[in-house]
Amino acid sequence: MASVDTGGGDSHKKGPGVKKAKKLSTRVDMTPMVDLGFLLITFFIFTTTMSTPSTMDLFMPKDTNKDEDQNKAKESGALTIILAKNNNVYFYEGQLLPDASNFTSTSFAKIRDEIIKKRKEVIASHVHDANCEKIWAKNKGDKNSCLDRDFVVVIKPDPDATYKNTVDILDEMTINGVKRFAMVDLFPQELELVQKTEGTFVAPPAAPAK
Amino acid sequence: MPSVKLPKKSTDTDMTPFVDVAFLILSFFMLATKFKPPEPVEIKTPNSVSTKPLPENDAILVTLDSAGHVYFSMQAEKDPMLKYTVIKNVNDTRSLGLTENEMKNFVKTSAIGVSFGGLKQLLSIPAEDQAKVKQPGVPIKDSASNELYYWIRDAVSAFASTHRPIKYLIKGDNNAKYPQFKEILNAFKRNDIFKFQLITAVEDVPDGTELAKERAANEKAKK
Repeated sequence: MASVDTGGGDSHKKGPGVKKAKKLSTRVDMTPMVDLGFLLITFFIFTTTMSTPSTMDLFMPKDTNKDEDQNKAKESGALTIILAKNNNVYFYEGQLLPDASNFTSTSFAKIRDEIIKKRKEVIASHVHDANCEKIWAKNKGDKNSCLDRDFVVVIKPDPDATYKNTVDILDEMTINGVKRFAMVDLFPQELELVQKTEGTFVAPPAAPAK
Repeated sequence: MPSVKLPKKSTDTDMTPFVDVAFLILSFFMLATKFKPPEPVEIKTPNSVSTKPLPENDAILVTLDSAGHVYFSMQAEKDPMLKYTVIKNVNDTRSLGLTENEMKNFVKTSAIGVSFGGLKQLLSIPAEDQAKVKQPGVPIKDSASNELYYWIRDAVSAFASTHRPIKYLIKGDNNAKYPQFKEILNAFKRNDIFKFQLITAVEDVPDGTELAKERAANEKAKK
């Protein structure tokens, strides 16, 4: 029957009764672990939000009906941008002429060039103003800020303009370093003009005949 | 007959490096992930060059979806009692007859997109199930029934007790129309709030523009 192994008969070799310990493989089947790992990866990929949102500041003025509180803009330095539907953009410089000859159609891709062009024009026609530079120097600002102080962009989104258009044009102001811009409502004649250009104009039924 | 024995190659490959990489990616995603806060609707925000980070607390968030529906929410994880103050105030002034449980439910609710009249029905649904309900949006149409104005007013007065600055966030969808956006601005303006932050996605600054030059100059100045 079972023999008690006293051991140690041989110095380097175990006795004949000693069973050799079975060498177990150290390899583990990793397949289930990998399965689980990839399952988790897919889960996290789907739930993660990679794009970190940022915020854009928008400062609006207080509504005022008093004439003296309203900001005046020089006609020579004003650029009005009208946003319409289907990402259409219209602009005119200064005042809208009665015959609307300066009312120009453009696109979002080209509006930047117009802004830069207009800004250069304003800077070129700038008259040296020591007073303005003094104020900037006092406030430790850049005296070049005086150069384009007459440049004002008036943004007029029409009722069909999207929120994206509005944000894009505000962004364009930041990109081109436009310091003065305003977001105002469209005048009725401008809306009419836009609609006429797009062929969606319907004359109001009660309009008095001229 | 002598037969040529092809050496049998093991089909087992050593998967260790593969597993290493897999778990590396896994740990990256686990650390980098930030769960989306529950939203009543999916909003695709426009891009801007702005890089200001989004504030996470002490903010009033107005969401505008592509159909022009407006949702109001308060970000006050630090002290949820603020939201309770707001709903209690709304309940009292409008005599909506909300129960205690319904008011507590409001604290957990992520966004409100119903009129005051529909509030009781919305809050009777547990906060987790509200995402399934289609909300018609807070009425903003005209100044008389601009309920967003009242929400903002009550939220501002509740936040005032914390003496911390509040942020006013507007999150609009790409396809939202301008008139609704203007009505939201009007609701804020009537509360004498004129500084907003529009939530956008980050976009690169186009080369050669004023801003690109300015940022390059700032970079140089830092060095």
